[in-house]
Amino acid sequence: MSTLFLQQIANGLLDGVYYLLIALGLSLIFSLGGIVNLAHGAFYAIGAYLTVLLGPYIGFGGAMFVVPGLVAILGVLVERLLFQRFYRSDPILSLLLTFGLAMVAEQLLRMIFGAPPLSYSIPGWLRGQIFLGDFIYSRYRGTLILIAATCVLALWILLNRTAFGRVVRAGVQNPDMVGALGIALPPYMMAVAAIGIGLAGLAGVLLAPIYSIHPAMGQEIITPAFVVVVIGGLGSFWGVVAAALLVGVVKGATIGLGYPQFATAVIYLMMLLVLLFRPRGLFGERIQRFE
Amino acid sequence: MSAFIRPSRRSLIKAAGASALLGGIGMPAISRAQSDVLRFGHLTPRTGFLGPLGEFAVMAADLAVEEINAAGGVMGRKLEILKEDSVNPQTASTKAERMIERDKVACIIGEISSASCLTIAQVAARTKTLYVNTGGNSDALRGANCNKFMFHVESQNSMYVKTCGRSLMQQGLVKGKKWFSLTADYAFGHDLLKVAKRFMEANGGQFAADKLVPTDLTDFSALLIEIRNAKPDLVISNLAGNQITNFLKQYSEFGLTFPVAGFGFDTALAWAAGKDNFGGTWPVVWHHLIDTPNSKKFVQAFTAKYKKPPENQAWGDYLAVKIFAQTMNEIKSSDSMKIIEHWEKGATFDVMKTREGYFRKSDHQMMHEMYTVQAVGASAKNQWDIFISSPAVPPANESLEIIATTAEENECKMA
Repeated sequence: MSTLFLQQIANGLLDGVYYLLIALGLSLIFSLGGIVNLAHGAFYAIGAYLTVLLGPYIGFGGAMFVVPGLVAILGVLVERLLFQRFYRSDPILSLLLTFGLAMVAEQLLRMIFGAPPLSYSIPGWLRGQIFLGDFIYSRYRGTLILIAATCVLALWILLNRTAFGRVVRAGVQNPDMVGALGIALPPYMMAVAAIGIGLAGLAGVLLAPIYSIHPAMGQEIITPAFVVVVIGGLGSFWGVVAAALLVGVVKGATIGLGYPQFATAVIYLMMLLVLLFRPRGLFGERIQRFE
Repeated sequence: MSAFIRPSRRSLIKAAGASALLGGIGMPAISRAQSDVLRFGHLTPRTGFLGPLGEFAVMAADLAVEEINAAGGVMGRKLEILKEDSVNPQTASTKAERMIERDKVACIIGEISSASCLTIAQVAARTKTLYVNTGGNSDALRGANCNKFMFHVESQNSMYVKTCGRSLMQQGLVKGKKWFSLTADYAFGHDLLKVAKRFMEANGGQFAADKLVPTDLTDFSALLIEIRNAKPDLVISNLAGNQITNFLKQYSEFGLTFPVAGFGFDTALAWAAGKDNFGGTWPVVWHHLIDTPNSKKFVQAFTAKYKKPPENQAWGDYLAVKIFAQTMNEIKSSDSMKIIEHWEKGATFDVMKTREGYFRKSDHQMMHEMYTVQAVGASAKNQWDIFISSPAVPPANESLEIIATTAEENECKMA
């Protein structure tokens, strides 16, 4: 294998991380509440727009902390006012709800900020490149990967090593039993929505300097993120992580082999194969109430 | 917490499909019907990856109508414009048909997507209604797919390539040089690539590589690695819409230093990339820094109304509305056949540049001057004036037709 091809594989691993922050939130909210959140991309877009709006006052570093918080608060509002009414109904209803919500959010962004894309640049202190032998990488993306990795690790610890996580995991498996044990799930649902949606907001902050910021940017990322969740397998934390990395690598390899025109189609092909041969997803767990 | 209905894995998969659908639905617009007015139809993408440019088109068309009505309207009647999101080629043709048959519009103006231009042109030909294309660049629209009822204010791909090509020749970036091109993988990109190849081969350049890029690819890092490895003399963008912004931002992020040029461009995309990221040499049909009295007047009126300068797409739609109004007032008729006759006879128009423009009879392409712009970098004095312009191309001593397709290159057979 040529070094160029190896570079593409390595770059692909990193490329996958962009979907990860979105996909993890989607997977969490679906596993616990059964809400198929099509509006998840809209929160990512709101994150990016808030970064452009607040960046001049609090800087990019400030936006990285403040914006996910604001988006999470918005998430809590949406969860309390809308999502929680649908936990007990057919998922098709929540799907319609969030579908509409996504359109409303996109149109609101268009009305407030206008349709033309807005500009936002990498802050000076994060500009520059990293060279590892022949491999070139941007310092900004290097930082981005570290932040994403920290989030993933923190989330894993939260879900697997804390009392909070135990209740959430139990809620995923069997909400009735959790209720029978005298634990009220709604506050946990709210927290999970805040975390999942906050992560989407963080993704918006992190990608604002390198992607085009326009009202439909949420819809651009939501489809591949869903594909990642389907490939990874529902309810599996590491499944989603592995799927995001795999999608990145396969995309990188496709471009490395000289077929960039198939770079986005190939991830849908992967989803098709996974659905044919492993309908539960690569690492999908058996979740009692979804069987 | 008793009655949880069980969501199935299937609903998740359905959701993935539904999320793809999100992109396909546009916003409906409300059309009104009145009888004492003259109506124009305006169709342009307002959502999707060309939506940001469509927004400028709509703002400019509104401004033009306002100015025309303030000056007495068209043939003494008030001008009204019906505007809709064209969404995609199928929807565009349905909406064009409805505007013509139900709303009785006198003409249709607009578009950015070459694919939608084609379907609207078919409706125009069938209903014998005039359509002026303000944003579709594909040569095929003026070539194999040309028709008597379609005129083009927007320049064709050949005009963009030959304009930018002149500047690249002056910079010594063509003869004996290796190009690495990235091309949007749809009708417009393919058409542009064909024209760019023809230019490159005729002038002694060659390809280091030539890559097709899906329109929904947002991350260019893998392609940037390929570019760095290929060490080309010039990186060529045949990209479109938000792709260009993403490419410019990430090219600057990776710190690559090969010169960049493009054959398709819109200033809004450069503004979105920002002065820190915008680089290279690009052709434009018009830009807000052109120093002619009428151009300045337009920029001033637009900026006063919308708090930002117009971009090139605004020029196209503003001009098309104005040309229709001017023509109808001059010949005292809104009859399509009479307007076609008038335009084909070589009527000239003030197109806000140094020379007047006219529609070429053979393919209905507007003949007018073009420009190339070059990024000035971080020293730009504000977020809009981030480039400097070449003088008008072609220069005053050359025919305007020199940058357009030649008779041999053009397959248009007007019925």
